[in-house]
Amino acid sequence: MTARLTEPVTAADHLRGPREAPVTVVEYGDYQCPYCAAANPLLRRVLAERPGRVRLAYRHFPLPNLHPFAERAAQAAEAVAEADAERFWPAHDWLYAHQELIGPDLVPRLCAHLGTDAEAVQRAVDAGAHRERVSRDFASGVRSGVNGTPTLYLNGVRYDGSHDLADLLAAVDAVPVSA
Amino acid sequence: MTDGNAMPMPGERAPDFALPTFPDQRVGLADYRGRPVVLAFYPADWSPVCGDQMSLYQAVSPVFAQYDAALLGISVDGIWSHRAFAQQRNIDYPLLSDFEPKGEVSREYGVYSPVDGVAERSLFLIDSDGTIAWSFLSPRGVNPGADGILAALDALENGRVVVRR
Repeated sequence: MTARLTEPVTAADHLRGPREAPVTVVEYGDYQCPYCAAANPLLRRVLAERPGRVRLAYRHFPLPNLHPFAERAAQAAEAVAEADAERFWPAHDWLYAHQELIGPDLVPRLCAHLGTDAEAVQRAVDAGAHRERVSRDFASGVRSGVNGTPTLYLNGVRYDGSHDLADLLAAVDAVPVSA
Repeated sequence: MTDGNAMPMPGERAPDFALPTFPDQRVGLADYRGRPVVLAFYPADWSPVCGDQMSLYQAVSPVFAQYDAALLGISVDGIWSHRAFAQQRNIDYPLLSDFEPKGEVSREYGVYSPVDGVAERSLFLIDSDGTIAWSFLSPRGVNPGADGILAALDALENGRVVVRR
């Protein structure tokens, strides 16, 4: 049985790539997961190789028992995005490129890189202001059959193939697109 | 490939058992009467994949708790392997050791593979009266996730016994 996305992609999702793209890749990821870190440049490459055809939506799926700071990292990205939606993806890319820095001092490091007010982000993270958003993402992932990270969906159908660029591009090309 | 024993079907009584989790502690269905129980049989501790099935279930445990459902993992690994595995992955739900007689409970649930001596990856939802409500046998290499369990818990709450898919 093929797992399907239960929560459709909306404007409330973090989206990268052209809005009208006929193919949407949804990624459920964990900022402390090494496989997700490896997938991030791969997905950027997929977007670059298929301009106009594909866009990416990112949802949080932290596994706190394996990755103690993953949830805080997700909340930090949300707090950055709340202040300035444009900064979500720079925060996202920085987190995946600097996993070794994800720890108790995550927020000042992230914000120094972004040139963002660290105090406001720290306050939001400490107060759990975005915990609900992260939990909602997580719950939608569980319901959709996320079974590890990263899990990808191509137009709502779980992609169980390899994370090899050629395979992923072939899968993106094979998605049936209604005219 | 299992050893020929059939998996108990929805509507049938769940085979009772009590298996060790610690040297001096056994856990069984009787301990959870009155609550739904999710049994997750799996081949072995120490699956190398990040976010494997048992770690995922730990992360999902707050969602299971919303249904007042108890979660039990079962494999043929010994208790010391379970202890180390649970500690390394911060798993705090019970991992039961179907170690001696080897695979006895897995056989009763029709999910023991005599070829390699492990339990197949399989899930059972047992209702609060001890009746099988749902079951699922996953291909060995495929992590079944938790969506099927949650759908079965939803169906149980809605008073329906779901058919094996």
